[in-house]
Amino acid sequence: MGESYAAVMPTNAYNWIAVWRRNFLAWKKVALASILGNLADPLTNLFGLGFGLGLIVGRVEGTSYIAFLAAGMVATSAMTSATFETMYAAFARMDAKRTWEAILSTELTLGDIVLGELVWAASKSVLAGTAIGIVAVTLGYASWLSILYAMPTIALTGLVFASLAMVVISLAPSYDYFVFYQTLVLSPMVFLCGVVFPTSQLPGSFQHFVGLLPLAHSVDLIRPAMLERGVDGAVLHVAALCVYTVFSFFASIAVFRRRLLR
Amino acid sequence: MSMSTVAIDLAGVRKSFGGRTIVDELSFSVARGECFGLLGPNGAGKSTIARMLLGMISPDAGKIMVLNEPVPARARVARMRIGVVPQFDNLELEFTVRENLLVFGRYFGMSARKIEAVLPSLLEFARLETKADARVSELSGGMKRRLTLARALINDPHLLVMDEPTTGLDPHARHLIWERLRVLLARGKTILLTTHFMEEAERLCDRLCVLEGGRKIAEGKPDVLIDEHIGCNVVEIYGGDPHQLRELIRPHARHIEVSGETLFCYAPYPEQVRVQLRGQAGLRVLQRPPNLEDVFLRLTGREMEK
Repeated sequence: MGESYAAVMPTNAYNWIAVWRRNFLAWKKVALASILGNLADPLTNLFGLGFGLGLIVGRVEGTSYIAFLAAGMVATSAMTSATFETMYAAFARMDAKRTWEAILSTELTLGDIVLGELVWAASKSVLAGTAIGIVAVTLGYASWLSILYAMPTIALTGLVFASLAMVVISLAPSYDYFVFYQTLVLSPMVFLCGVVFPTSQLPGSFQHFVGLLPLAHSVDLIRPAMLERGVDGAVLHVAALCVYTVFSFFASIAVFRRRLLR
Repeated sequence: MSMSTVAIDLAGVRKSFGGRTIVDELSFSVARGECFGLLGPNGAGKSTIARMLLGMISPDAGKIMVLNEPVPARARVARMRIGVVPQFDNLELEFTVRENLLVFGRYFGMSARKIEAVLPSLLEFARLETKADARVSELSGGMKRRLTLARALINDPHLLVMDEPTTGLDPHARHLIWERLRVLLARGKTILLTTHFMEEAERLCDRLCVLEGGRKIAEGKPDVLIDEHIGCNVVEIYGGDPHQLRELIRPHARHIEVSGETLFCYAPYPEQVRVQLRGQAGLRVLQRPPNLEDVFLRLTGREMEK
């Protein structure tokens, strides 16, 4: 049994790149629409909440509300963009489009495919997160350098949520089940994890629970980077995100193996 | 057969899903350079066997060797020298023909230069020279199938595994695929194909294995199988009362089968059968040499299409 698990793991450190390049080629054909789509939703939130609520709220944690929110939006858009790329596009490649099936008849393994998909989804997160960052810089709520500092954390956020979504699609019989993950996991996280208001506003017992959620760790890393402040407990946050990623990565491969390679 | 001349070797392979046996104690060998057919109705286990050879399904019991590699343990290594034509097209519809081959070549670790080098010959082989920059979604069914075949050849494989390569194609497109496959066999490639087309099996396969319910019910060269199991002419009789006619021709037939309104009479001397039928009005009589379909139906029973 152990031997057959080893046979589906990534073959080496670079085989996944072929999968990434396949997705990049497909994306290039629709790049403009994709970028506009990535920007539209977070920008609506940023302007709607930022200017609207910002007037009422005033300053938060020593900064303007819109700057506070912009950092949260970078984390959120990294999360949603990796999640949606995996839940819809990767699921289609695994299921209806039979792309994975074609790849599985080549030298690549299931692990190579999953790894390629995860890095691809994380790449899209970097794109989406950076796009919001650039808007924030243009409006004067962050500096160019701060976006550069935030970039590795944006990528890690993408990786975490891509691998969590990978577990969801490995288990979901069809698209219809994704809505549960969206409404019961992702949406509450946006409100609980310090994206739109500081977690210190939550009741004490809630704060402990929130400390376990991946988006909270992302926000705690991305916001200080964007506001050019020191990060508290950076190692802990990075470690927590890495644990989520690695665990989900192996879990999704194990489930996919049962689903696709019986 | 020594190991180096064997492309595929299955020994006592079993597989069941949810208590249902799909492949039952199956053993066969395919020599290098041979075209071997797995023939059987839908649900006979053909696709399961094809996927097992690629390591995509693990057997419950038995041993599989493909190109001297144990499968599924070293299936990835075996797949480096295998080309696959799946039952359902899984081409990249939004990519061009050229891009499809490029992307697929990368999955075998080929460099862009190496892929560019083999591309013209693959396009020529698939008769798609003028379609290199066309999107796959614009291609006809036959063209898509030929592109899938070209794609399967990108890594210059020794062995081709084809799951129903011509299902769903019109006769013209099908003949073109058959002709291309004969070219590959002439080049020394080994082909394993699954099919439920008797004509395909008879035209292409050096040897074949007839399957029913995951079991091997016959194996051999098509002409030998026909000779062994039928070995005489066939008279097909349409019209009239089949049961009444059966009594009439029984003395001259080796074997008679009734399928719906049609009577199949296996007769060493078909003229004698025709003489018996001469007085009967409203009959249509067709006399022909036996074929693989007769063998298949003889072995599996006329009712298989149910």
